[in-house]
Amino acid sequence: MLFAMVVAFGTLAVLLVDTLVTGWPQLDAQLFSDSPSTQPEEAGARPAILATLYLGLIVLLLSVPIGVLTAIYLEEYADRKRWWNRLIEVNIQDLAAVPSIVYGILGLAFIVRGVGLGRVVLAGGLILTLVVLPTVVVASREAIRAVPDSIRQGAFALGATQWQVVWRQVLPAAIPGMATGSILALSRAVGETAPLIMVGAIVYVAFDPTLLGPYTALPVQIYNWTKQPDPTFQTLAAAGAIVLLGIVLSMNAVAIFLRNRYRKQW
Amino acid sequence: MSAQDPTLGQAGTLALPRRRIRWGEKLVQGILFLAAAVSVLTTVGIVVSLLVPAGEFFREVSPWDFLTGTTWAPLFEPAQFGVLPLVVGTFVISLLSALVAFPLGVGVAIYLSEYARPRAASVLKPALEILAAIPTVVLGYFALTFVTPLLRDLGVQVEIFNALSASLVLGVMLIPTVASLSEDAMAAVPRDLRQGGYALGADKLQVSTRIVVPAAISGIIAAFVLAFARAVGETMIVLIAAGQLPQITFDPRETIETMTAFIGATGNGDVPTGSIEYKTIFAVGLTLFAITYAINLLSIRLVRRFREVYE
Repeated sequence: MLFAMVVAFGTLAVLLVDTLVTGWPQLDAQLFSDSPSTQPEEAGARPAILATLYLGLIVLLLSVPIGVLTAIYLEEYADRKRWWNRLIEVNIQDLAAVPSIVYGILGLAFIVRGVGLGRVVLAGGLILTLVVLPTVVVASREAIRAVPDSIRQGAFALGATQWQVVWRQVLPAAIPGMATGSILALSRAVGETAPLIMVGAIVYVAFDPTLLGPYTALPVQIYNWTKQPDPTFQTLAAAGAIVLLGIVLSMNAVAIFLRNRYRKQW
Repeated sequence: MSAQDPTLGQAGTLALPRRRIRWGEKLVQGILFLAAAVSVLTTVGIVVSLLVPAGEFFREVSPWDFLTGTTWAPLFEPAQFGVLPLVVGTFVISLLSALVAFPLGVGVAIYLSEYARPRAASVLKPALEILAAIPTVVLGYFALTFVTPLLRDLGVQVEIFNALSASLVLGVMLIPTVASLSEDAMAAVPRDLRQGGYALGADKLQVSTRIVVPAAISGIIAAFVLAFARAVGETMIVLIAAGQLPQITFDPRETIETMTAFIGATGNGDVPTGSIEYKTIFAVGLTLFAITYAINLLSIRLVRRFREVYE
């Protein structure tokens, strides 16, 4: 058991320290201000970092409303005797187990080629939204389920309609749990690489990304640097990894803080 | 659910006047249903987007050759499309990482559930979540630039790209998944069982391994299967650290290629739509999807079969 703990946390510590030590020399203003380049001394990750922030924003704006509404439907409205409601439920469980690269294939076939949106930021954001949607739904359902029934009964007894109960009683009580789950899902989306490779985050983007323009995301940029034979690019990859870890881990920290701060005993 | 419509149950007995139809409520219900339908549409989209191009692929390559062929060389002349090397590569990686993740994950779970004091657990659990949150591209980079050189320093003759270091890192990545699901299962084991064990003179280790673990076995198996499915579907670590050399080998020191790595490596270029190369992505993707789906079904079966029910 001790061995298990040492391996798990030892690896985590070694990984963080190794990345920090390797990437530190390259972690400078240039990384945030310059574009990628074939010259490792001049290369930065500004377009990639910006695109990753855009992607995060798209995922946040799409996955949270859709995920929360789905959770409300399943918990508060759906009649479980109906086959289509059971189908939706089982389907979300199945989707959670689908490898993320398969979503990339979906994106390649439908959004990039099918609809003809092309390899743009919006396409990447849509796919990442679908990847994390099951996570948001599951977390939101748990948050809603944790709200005691007595609160609902009380509101109904005062003559509230079903939506009034949901909107004024259940949702406010469930918000901390939903926020925690959503932030964790968002941090997963920000670190996700495989589906973005498929929907065409390209290698060298020398300008700031726009919603409907070509882009490269930070994880994809790290992957591309890792592939370069020149060892200087490896340290760049480590520097990029520090930035990515910084974003992802601080989101996790916020989620954990929220969860502890608003933990309620009913 | 309990919160469906509290007036309905009384309506019959109290003979209330017919309820007014609230259009606002109906509209809300419609919107909610549409949101829920997005996930179903996603599944339909995945299946269609895999099946249609894969169908075209199998018109050019016989499914039998695809499933039993032992050479994967879609870009060579003559092209050969035997998917077995990719499948074997995937399973070598998954099994090796399972060897790492299953015992260590259960070890961590036993420690957190049975041994750790509440204060220690309240620090260790978030740390475990942080391990789970590390982006896989960073883990792949770590496997390639740290674990592989380390293995070489230790005297293990590994290729630069090898299945071993990818599996080790992937295994560590899966520890939090196995640990947190197993710990949930162990926490659900009633206290009476533990106290019964202690009353019979068992020590903590005996109670943990002979009472709690067997009682929680359905949850632990579910954790194993879920982790295995994630190993099969993991892309970035194997793409970066295990290489792109499709061959049937059970020697983890060699370079291999998994299904996911092939999809990732082929999908990122400007593959022309309609070319046979483009279609291979979907054929391999369909195989991957079928395998993970089968594993998922298996996990549901296993959980039902081994479930221990407590009052």
